[in-house]
Amino acid sequence: MRALTLLAGLLLITCISLLISLLSGSVAISWQELLAIIAGDADPLQSQVILDLRWPRSLSAFTTGALLSLAGALMQVLLRNPLADPYVLGVSGGAASGALLALLIGLGSLGMHSAAFGGALFSMLLVFGLSHGSGSWTTNRLLLTGVVIAAGWGAVIGFLLALSPEQGLRGMLFWLMGDLSYATSPTPGLLVLLGGLLIAVMAGRPLNILTRGEQTAASLGVHVLALRRLVYLLASLLSATAVTLAGSIGFVGLIVPHMLRLLGVRDQRLLLPASALLGGSLLIIADTLARTLLAPRQLPVGILTALVGVPLFLLLLHHGRNLHSETR
Amino acid sequence: MALLSTDTLHVSIGDTTVCTTLDLAVSAGERWCILGRNGTGKTTLLHTLAGLRDADAGDIHLDDQSLHSLPRRTVAQHIGLLFQDHSDAFPASVMETVLSGRHPWIGALQWESEQDIALARAALHAVNLDELEQRIVTTLSGGERRRLGLATLLSQDPQLMLLDEPTNHLDIHHQIGMLDLLQEKSVTDRTALVFVMHDINLALRYCTHFLLLFGDGETALGNAAEVLTRDRLERLYQHPLQKLQGTHGNVWLPQ
Repeated sequence: MRALTLLAGLLLITCISLLISLLSGSVAISWQELLAIIAGDADPLQSQVILDLRWPRSLSAFTTGALLSLAGALMQVLLRNPLADPYVLGVSGGAASGALLALLIGLGSLGMHSAAFGGALFSMLLVFGLSHGSGSWTTNRLLLTGVVIAAGWGAVIGFLLALSPEQGLRGMLFWLMGDLSYATSPTPGLLVLLGGLLIAVMAGRPLNILTRGEQTAASLGVHVLALRRLVYLLASLLSATAVTLAGSIGFVGLIVPHMLRLLGVRDQRLLLPASALLGGSLLIIADTLARTLLAPRQLPVGILTALVGVPLFLLLLHHGRNLHSETR
Repeated sequence: MALLSTDTLHVSIGDTTVCTTLDLAVSAGERWCILGRNGTGKTTLLHTLAGLRDADAGDIHLDDQSLHSLPRRTVAQHIGLLFQDHSDAFPASVMETVLSGRHPWIGALQWESEQDIALARAALHAVNLDELEQRIVTTLSGGERRRLGLATLLSQDPQLMLLDEPTNHLDIHHQIGMLDLLQEKSVTDRTALVFVMHDINLALRYCTHFLLLFGDGETALGNAAEVLTRDRLERLYQHPLQKLQGTHGNVWLPQ
């Protein structure tokens, strides 16, 4: 019952965040006007602002935040490290390199998104293939391969930026920091999120067992190698989708599952959907702030999540240590 | 008929040959102890018997079926393993840990039932940890965690329990408590037990059969009276031993 209460609470928070985000912006729209727009009899300009601008953007923010948090939670189990994030294995670097290359050779928005997704998938398969080696697939080897590949992508990104003409740089930087202003079609991402969440929750109990250690999990009847492959592919696919939608937005995937864990949520069957909901609503709020704080100027949302994320993370780390010493 | 049997099993790890032509047959109700010096591959052999790693050659059979042809879930319903150590990157409560023992018995899309929770509670009660149900595992003492490991194994309820130094970290009272509990389980439920232990005297008191690993691939096995001669034990540990008569039978002391 505690589980259902938590999920219901998070769903409520998500709805409230969505409402706040729909009601904030340069064009003032009130409660009554929003209801009228939903009912379909409102001022066409206001309708357009809500239906064509704010709603797709808010939904994209939710989708991206949920994808990242879910991917982060899965990556943390896979790497047996509660502080792993969805980008740690180089998915975002691959996506950014693909997108920048597409921008550089002047492909349109569809081309850029395809290139980003292609780059993320390529990076994911590269890390998977290289870390597999001679059959053994250890956490350390996977982590090291991922970190090195991510560093390699960093160099590729620097190279592409150096080649880019001046006027293109600004758009590229926004993309590298994570930005939702170009995210206009959240539907594919939302579908990936729902599918991924379903698979992740179905694998929840084996994942619970896997957190106790690979050998223990194997002795309790979990097919460890198959499960780890599934989690790797799923987490990579989710992060690739998120990066394609909105660039590399940091800290959401790292902090959200960790926050829930500190609240005492340990069962993956609850932690995974709760991460998705909380991550989604946090990014809605962050994006609303990003586009209203210095309006009419828009900030990349990635800057905000980092600005909030860094102190919050340090606080959680400190609090977590106190928590441990108190219970002993 | 044997519950678990090996056929000319060859196991090695690194440069160490654990055994070369091991024909082991563990039947229901038997209590085996694997003895050997440090680094002779006792744990490796135990993990091989549980199907967690491949043997170099030879076969392992569980109820006459090849261990490797069986799904992991089926194996876990029959064979349980108490590990020598445990890692915890993520916090878990005592109850959650014990319930993980029920994993092989719960269907893929089912949640733990009332019955699973009742079985887990009974297992905690058996090792006197009922009070600590909601505690986080990392806050337990070494001995409490050992008993929690046993409780998890009890809730898994396999026909064959492999126990890697189960009495580690336990005081004398809890050592005897744990071994009494396991012995009773093996007598009443016909559970087969395979221990790895360093305490020959505790092993003598509780085990019916012995497997000696000499560290060069050579092994000796059989019931306690046949296998445990002074020559063999002194060769096994490469240390002179003295035999004394105690209330529970013979006692071996290092000289």
